[in-house]
Amino acid sequence: MKKLINRVEDIISEVNQGLVAAHPELRLNIDPTYLVHKDAPIKNKVGLLSGGGSGHEPMHSGYIGLGMLDGACPGEMFTSPTPDQMMECAMAIDSGEGVLMIIKNYTGDVLNFETAAELLHDAGTQVATVLVDDDVAVKDSLYTAGRRGVANTVLMEKILGAAAVKGYTLDQLVELGHKTNNNGYSLGVALHACTVPAAGKPSFELPDNEMEFGVGIHGEPGIERRSFSNLNNTVDQMFQTLIDNGHYERVIRQWDRQNSCWQEHKQIKQPLKKGDRVIALVNNLGATPLSELYAVYHRLQTCCHQFGLTIERNLVGSYCTALDMQGVSITLLKVDDETLMLWDEPVNTPALRWKC
Amino acid sequence: MNLTQQQIYHWLIQCSQTFAQEQNNLTELDTAIGDGDHGLNMNRGFQKVAEKLPSVEDKDIATLLKTTGMTLLSSVGGASGPLFGTFFIKAAQSAAGKEALSVADLAELIKTGTEGVVSRGKAEPNDKTMCDVWWPVSTALENAASQPLNEAISAAVEAAKQGVESTIPMQARKGRASYLGERSIGHADPGGTSVLLLMKTLQQSL
Repeated sequence: MKKLINRVEDIISEVNQGLVAAHPELRLNIDPTYLVHKDAPIKNKVGLLSGGGSGHEPMHSGYIGLGMLDGACPGEMFTSPTPDQMMECAMAIDSGEGVLMIIKNYTGDVLNFETAAELLHDAGTQVATVLVDDDVAVKDSLYTAGRRGVANTVLMEKILGAAAVKGYTLDQLVELGHKTNNNGYSLGVALHACTVPAAGKPSFELPDNEMEFGVGIHGEPGIERRSFSNLNNTVDQMFQTLIDNGHYERVIRQWDRQNSCWQEHKQIKQPLKKGDRVIALVNNLGATPLSELYAVYHRLQTCCHQFGLTIERNLVGSYCTALDMQGVSITLLKVDDETLMLWDEPVNTPALRWKC
Repeated sequence: MNLTQQQIYHWLIQCSQTFAQEQNNLTELDTAIGDGDHGLNMNRGFQKVAEKLPSVEDKDIATLLKTTGMTLLSSVGGASGPLFGTFFIKAAQSAAGKEALSVADLAELIKTGTEGVVSRGKAEPNDKTMCDVWWPVSTALENAASQPLNEAISAAVEAAKQGVESTIPMQARKGRASYLGERSIGHADPGGTSVLLLMKTLQQSL
């Protein structure tokens, strides 16, 4: 393993220090570790908080700023942050309007965020949660931990962030969060595993003619190994899976502030259909050149056109990575006028910026 | 013979050495079906426990266990942090007011802790989680209630070993390994292996 690191134990701390040095509008708290925008808390605005394991840069700390997150909690590499981090970060960004926590559906994230939500509620903070589970590679939630939360998280943070600026209440944001989550579909493939620094070697080996299909963002193998031939074949298979696996029913737990407990809500994703309008995200899992990402986007456009989807907006680049995994994920988020209007609102963060 | 406060203290401190030694083995297990950081996370957690625990060295058993749980909760992260944290925090409640633990007390403590883990993680038998090791450990201790402490703990370690073995052919239905489907078969559960290490370390501290 040859990586630009000093000691494995110091990586996260050095990344965080570098980020705030490069972007002085962010403030880093140490012990517990969290990052907030220097303007937080913003009066009359719900505070938005997300977090997760490190290694997905620029997610989440790179999305702190105007029109997106107020704070983020980076955990250790690929490891969820802890409840004390989330609790103190939430308190630092709460203007009195409450805090929305955006949680990716991974067991560790869910367990730690749920613990934090309970502690925050007991401490008198208005807290609500939105779960992201957009990875269509996982077909059922009965025999798994449910679909993973992957790159749609980025699109949701942007849309919910704009809504918070516009004065949406905590309850309105939860409703919008459910809608945006239920409308988002992602799928990833890996051509080469990433190397987790603590492990020191690639997480799996892949021959040149094979790919891991349906990977998450933690370097683990996908749902199956498929043969790899070329770009078009790969994108076509990904697109087909995104379309075929649209319908998905599951139960999502949501914090009930009135009754101080978790409530289970049945949620249904409807498949994408001809005539839908989408935001398309072609996301680098870490070690794929931009040239290949644009080529993927080119093919994706053809797939969408042939199927009858209109791509209203797009993002192509590194937004939700898995260290140095060579691979790509595609996210299609069905939009309506409300979400598209929120997407177009100004955003000013280290990793996403427009109209300001 | 009862399990004394000093033995519990010694056990929890010794865990920092156990997880330092076993870090790489756990990481290897976790690389197969997870993301390869379980060893690092458990080691980080128990090093923190070893730093924190001396400040409550003379306190009762419940305080030792609760401090351990809170420290794991705030330093491990991932799924293991809340699960092992919850185990010790719940176990502490069962030890409240006790100066020493009989085998029956220890059985009750492990049972209470296990119930806490199950309630937080919603695991069911054969999901391929640490609970598939906690349950047999708990049962073994209950069955050994009339035996001497060292024999009861030997039985618990044996049950933990078999519990870990039993996870190998299972397909994971909880946690990150569940995404691998059938490919999760053939590997021992890393969290369950950590439970075995905890029990082995308890045996060594007698």
